[in-house]
Amino acid sequence: MGSRASTLLREEEIEEIKKETGFSHSQITRLYSRFTSLDKGENGTLSREDFQRIPELAINPLGDRIINAFFPEGEDQVNFRGFMRTLAHFRPIEDNEKSKNAAVSEPLNSRTNKLLFAFRLYDLDRDDKISRDELLQVLRMMVGVNISDDQLGSIADRTIQEADTNGDNSISFNEFIKVLEKVDVEQKMSIRFLH
Amino acid sequence: MEDFWAGVLWAMEIWLYLIIGLIMIPAMFGFSLGISETYMTILVKTLEWATLKLQKAKADEKTLKNSASNGDRPKPSEGGDFTLSDCFYFTRKGIESIVEDEVTQRFTSEELVSWNLLTRTNNDFQYISLRLTLVYGLGIFIRYCILTPLRITLAFIGLTWLVIGTSAVGLLPNWRMKSWLSEWVHVICYRICARGLSATIHYHNPENKPKKGGICVANHTSPIDVVILCNDGCYAMVGQVHRGLMGILQRAMVRSCPHVWFERAEMKDRHLVTKRLKDHVNDKTKLPILIFPEGTCINNTSVMMFKKGSFEIGATIYPVAIKYDPKFGDAFWNSSKYSMVSYLLRMMTSWALVCNVWYLPAMHQKEEEDAVQFANRVKSAIARQGGLVDLQWDGGLKRAKVKDSFKEQQQKQYSSMVVGDDSSSNSD
Repeated sequence: MGSRASTLLREEEIEEIKKETGFSHSQITRLYSRFTSLDKGENGTLSREDFQRIPELAINPLGDRIINAFFPEGEDQVNFRGFMRTLAHFRPIEDNEKSKNAAVSEPLNSRTNKLLFAFRLYDLDRDDKISRDELLQVLRMMVGVNISDDQLGSIADRTIQEADTNGDNSISFNEFIKVLEKVDVEQKMSIRFLH
Repeated sequence: MEDFWAGVLWAMEIWLYLIIGLIMIPAMFGFSLGISETYMTILVKTLEWATLKLQKAKADEKTLKNSASNGDRPKPSEGGDFTLSDCFYFTRKGIESIVEDEVTQRFTSEELVSWNLLTRTNNDFQYISLRLTLVYGLGIFIRYCILTPLRITLAFIGLTWLVIGTSAVGLLPNWRMKSWLSEWVHVICYRICARGLSATIHYHNPENKPKKGGICVANHTSPIDVVILCNDGCYAMVGQVHRGLMGILQRAMVRSCPHVWFERAEMKDRHLVTKRLKDHVNDKTKLPILIFPEGTCINNTSVMMFKKGSFEIGATIYPVAIKYDPKFGDAFWNSSKYSMVSYLLRMMTSWALVCNVWYLPAMHQKEEEDAVQFANRVKSAIARQGGLVDLQWDGGLKRAKVKDSFKEQQQKQYSSMVVGDDSSSNSD
């Protein structure tokens, strides 16, 4: 009598995902039914096209970058496990998690991991540095045709200047963390997941 | 052995007489014997009881409603220079839409608040109590072994009646009687079909019922919408010529009553479509046209963009809001997943079809309005009345991709925040 979603997802699998991501049982089954409804090919994995079929994501200026974050380098399919791992970055940090010391392993939704997610949106070639060129490309995605090359160039220059401390004309992850020190990342990079 | 067959024959005969006596005759003259009302009362009581049981079991499980996400724009209203954190806004929006979005979920069945003792609803149901399971089993027996055969017989009789009746009326010369007879044949057919779905329909504000020479627009959930609306009066249908079962019905119907069917190729010719609709509307003796301007079935939780075509004709618009009660069965036709016949079978094995129909006051295009604005105004009125979410999105997104212009809009909005309104971007 159970729903289709929970019969296809094995109990041990749920347990593993629970441990890895911190989502609750009901959140996992809910997201699983979302996963299967996005999976138009019905093969247990999502492709980039499956994501692009969500209109609100398709019109998101950074939509392609966000979709890309779900796919490990060189792969064009993501399974439920990977899907959940990426979503876990956006789980709000709960009170009991703050006090816990990160001795075991850092949870996916920690401040650092949230920042790393954002950093990788800019780091197009995954070399752990945001170059001026990469920043320009991402800026172009965000503003479209509405701002001239010159103006965008000076925005990029200024941004890099402000962040770059070692003078290599690019932003490393450490510099990225420093710049966003005062920003409420925990809140801005979290969404509500229904129970 | 002969006795056995005689017995079967006798049972069949009684069955048929019962159907004719208890259902067909009332349907013909539009009264009710109160059987379905009793059934509905029992059903409502049973579902209430089941809900209570389920709630007890789930008392510890709290549901958090999605609150409005913090901050509805990437930057504070005064704008400001680009900062690296600007991507947070877009990222959060993007992830939110992956988890739950406004559009694609409208094309799948609605999520229920509590389980309605049908297996097919997506609710995560586990064994709760023996009594509940027994009731569930009894429900299966009643739905599949008693109701379904009855409903199939009724649907069959209803559709046969439609084909034979309309064809016969079609042979008559064009007197005044003809349109009256045709209307009668149609309404009987729809009443029988509605009983075949155990439909309980509540009509509100009948004084606003669509009148001849107008266009009736309604939100669209499934082909059954037509049966629902036609139970209370006849409409001229507009649509594409279909093949198969639908094709036979369409051809029969057009013989007695001027429906407007288009070939697939004609449908693309907007001028031809508009002209034929105009001609129909201008002939005040013809029935009001029934149009579903969303152009696709939506799961009855929202109303999506209305195509402007029917609002360009300049006729009086009679908006109608239809809201089904999802407790008794899911009326939404997910056409990309189920065929027409399997959809109808699902409907016939559901508990019942309960729906509310609101006739809204007639609306006219205002002078300063264009067709799109008028369409939006009508859509909002329907959404408000039916308690549906009013969405701007195009229902065509079920099959097509979203237009790039929407993305450009977002980019433009963001650009004006970054550089301020003194740049080239303040054209809006």
